[in-house]
Amino acid sequence: MSQLLQNRQKFYPRRHWFCFAVMLLGFMGLFARAFQVQVLESSQLRSEGEIRQIRTLPVKPVRGVITDRQGEILAVSTPLDAITADPRELRKAGPDLERLAAALKIPLNQINSKIDLPANKKFVYLRRHLPPDKAQQIQQLGIRGVTTQREYGRYYPAGTLVGHIVGFTDIDDHGQEGVERSFDNHLSGVEGQKRVLIDARHRVVEDIESVRSVHHGRKLNLSLDLRIQAAMRRHIRKAVLQNQAAGGSAVMLNCRTGEVLAMVNFPDFNPNDRADITAGNFKNRAVTDVFEPGSTIKPFTLSLALAKGVFTPDSRIMTGPGVHYVGGRRIQDVRDYGDLSFSEVLIKSSNIGAAKVALEMAPKELYDTLSAVGFGHTTGIELPGEQSGLLVNRERPVDHAWLSFGYGLSATLVQLARAYGVFATEGMLVPVTIRRETKTQAGIRVLPADVARQITLMLERVVSEGTATRAVVPHYRVAGKTGTVHKIKPGGGYEKDRYRSLIAGFAPVSDPRFVLVVMIDDPKGGKHFGGEVAAPAFGNIMADALRLHRVAPDAPESTLEIAARRGGLATDA
Amino acid sequence: MYSGRKMHVDGPLLMGVLALCVLGLVLIFSASGENWNLMWRQGIRLLLSLGVMLAAAQIPPEVVRRLSPHIFIGGLLILGLVLVAGYVGKGAQRWLDLGLFRFQPSELMKLGVPMAVAWLLTRRAIPPRFLDVLGAILIIALPALLVVVQPDLGTAIMLVVSGLLVLFLGGIRWQHLLMLIGAAVAAAPYLWAQLHNYQQQRILTMFDPWSDPLGSGYHAIQSMIAIGSAGLAGKGWLAGSQSHLEFIPERSTDFIFAVFAEEFGLVGVVALVTLYVFLVGRCLVMAYHVREVFSRLLIGGLALTFFFYFFVNAAMVAGMLPVVGVPLPLVSYGGTSMLTLMAAFGIMMGAYTRRGLMT
Repeated sequence: MSQLLQNRQKFYPRRHWFCFAVMLLGFMGLFARAFQVQVLESSQLRSEGEIRQIRTLPVKPVRGVITDRQGEILAVSTPLDAITADPRELRKAGPDLERLAAALKIPLNQINSKIDLPANKKFVYLRRHLPPDKAQQIQQLGIRGVTTQREYGRYYPAGTLVGHIVGFTDIDDHGQEGVERSFDNHLSGVEGQKRVLIDARHRVVEDIESVRSVHHGRKLNLSLDLRIQAAMRRHIRKAVLQNQAAGGSAVMLNCRTGEVLAMVNFPDFNPNDRADITAGNFKNRAVTDVFEPGSTIKPFTLSLALAKGVFTPDSRIMTGPGVHYVGGRRIQDVRDYGDLSFSEVLIKSSNIGAAKVALEMAPKELYDTLSAVGFGHTTGIELPGEQSGLLVNRERPVDHAWLSFGYGLSATLVQLARAYGVFATEGMLVPVTIRRETKTQAGIRVLPADVARQITLMLERVVSEGTATRAVVPHYRVAGKTGTVHKIKPGGGYEKDRYRSLIAGFAPVSDPRFVLVVMIDDPKGGKHFGGEVAAPAFGNIMADALRLHRVAPDAPESTLEIAARRGGLATDA
Repeated sequence: MYSGRKMHVDGPLLMGVLALCVLGLVLIFSASGENWNLMWRQGIRLLLSLGVMLAAAQIPPEVVRRLSPHIFIGGLLILGLVLVAGYVGKGAQRWLDLGLFRFQPSELMKLGVPMAVAWLLTRRAIPPRFLDVLGAILIIALPALLVVVQPDLGTAIMLVVSGLLVLFLGGIRWQHLLMLIGAAVAAAPYLWAQLHNYQQQRILTMFDPWSDPLGSGYHAIQSMIAIGSAGLAGKGWLAGSQSHLEFIPERSTDFIFAVFAEEFGLVGVVALVTLYVFLVGRCLVMAYHVREVFSRLLIGGLALTFFFYFFVNAAMVAGMLPVVGVPLPLVSYGGTSMLTLMAAFGIMMGAYTRRGLMT
């Protein structure tokens, strides 16, 4: 206590004041700093905050649905999530990376290789197209830098059945084949943008506002009839397998509207399974492959002759002895048909007859006729990769003769179908479309109506008594023409015993509804004539289509009787 | 006097302390993402600490003086124990696990060091002689070293400053002071080399935090964004985006000031700083009125330490000082710090209310 009393007098008041002054200075410093940060630099720091807290994210549009004409869904998008990451953040995740790799079911070094990308990269995909519940589980691991992004996956309920027409999209939802590609703009919509609030772990906490609203893709109504499509695929597949052919294709059009009701190629693929897509099976050969149409061209040659008035259906043409030379080149028929009527040239499918008719006219006239019915021009069907085929006006008599029975030009199956529609519509060329059309297409007149009617009657006789008797459909009048074409060798010239078997036609003759073309490629089962290989499939498909659309029968009894007498009735019915 | 002489309590100081503590609870609720559990725990600690403060206020200053060396020696021993058997948290060995709760002995030394220095200086008449200064340096250096190796640079600096302030108020001769400063300057390069890499980085980036926004500048930048984006009036309680989106690190503890500044703006900051000015000013007024040297040194030293405490934290959060782990006194979440501060305020009250008894 004595020491305390002793020290009483000394207490350095100035040092207290000094400390007090220093303290006040410190507080002034804090006030000044607060003023600087909260007033002077406030707006700048606020925007720095927004840079960190606010992100503008894309809002993916939902791709439009594709349906057939009855509304059956052919392609639909479902919500999925992508796991994405900011590599700069992920580099700091350390041991969390192993958990992430395990959850994503991808090897750790795959993640490592993604985050070792150039330092300034801010975004990588870790895994695409995960079901949302799986993505949520990964999000809940709470690994820094890892976020999810909504995207859409494409499913094709009809699978293989319409794979060639509908096509498929890539992982970024862009159309790659089929109408997915040709109608990509229509289907894909416009991506929107939204601003979101994120937290320090880069998780989206809430949506703030929509910067640009998303426009979802529009629906696409195709002209296809899934029921006919299914029937067509079944019969084409059967024809290809029975004849050990390399492949087969068929196209059916509504001859009044130009709509494609069914289009099949075999072999085919399942668009839901990318592993199933090979170079050989994904092409829509009905529009992308061209071939020489052969005898199926003959009705157009004859229609020109009728239109010019050079011949009548009863004109006589000498085709004997089955071999004929034009410009030193040999033309021959399957056998010696002798003296034929104009109609019989078509019914028997005489090459010599067609050539002799053609040689009565100028090459340019035949060229113009074929061009008018669409050969050498694309149909504008809006399917990717459509070929125009090749049609050239050649003056050499032998070229002219060959053209008259379908050699020296090339065409796609869909072109051939459209051209046969001209006979079915009494001379009108109707545009072809893959979209559903509600109204009848006007078309343009390319043949006089009476000529078209005369040719149609001849084509009906081809089915009832000529080369196409196996295409008969009970109770209906059917018009058609077969073709059997030698395949072209890769180096030029023709393969001696490799063929394409063809048939083109329409029904019912009294009021045509459906145009159908069938092509079987390289049959090796011992038969190769169009009338033997392609005609049965034609008859079956046509029968199914007529029945499915409840088309009233128009067949006189005699058609059946005649067919039966000739033993050509080979339908399933 | 504002309060009853029998209770030995200073009314204005108690009011200020209570105001800060309540504000602390309100802020912790917001900073923790509205975590009631955390609130309750802090509330219980607050009540406990208030009890300790009132109890400490009842102890006569002479008893405090006689206890000082024992408290210091005891604290030193516990610090040694921490190094041997401490609980490791956040990369440092700072805590003792007492089963019910974890205890941070280095906080206690913030009280122990100024008490011991004041005790040493008042054994003889002030101003202190050279040997006394050396003794005081020893008292300061020993616990500071034990804390530095934990490692906890922030607390070590606080200990050193608290001891030096008592020495300064105790009348250390200017020549001695200059010698100390000279020694410190000479030792600076060596001390710099002893710092951990991250500590050096933090000091360097203080001058330009934007040079490494994702690394050593991260804390400072996020905190400055929080403060700056608030503007004048702030974003409102529970509405601070930087804190609620978890951009502010350590937001219930060391960076709680940033949460406050973001939610209450410049107006709030001015009010809070004024409250601290009031508290420290009140303590200095109390020290000025006390006529007995030990108490006067202790009150003055503790008050200035309290100020320094606040200043370092506020300056760190505002990007004026490097990031060192110093909580905002009485507001930050954490038990030991609050307990120590309350005990200090209790001792000050006890000495002040008995100031008349000496004369």
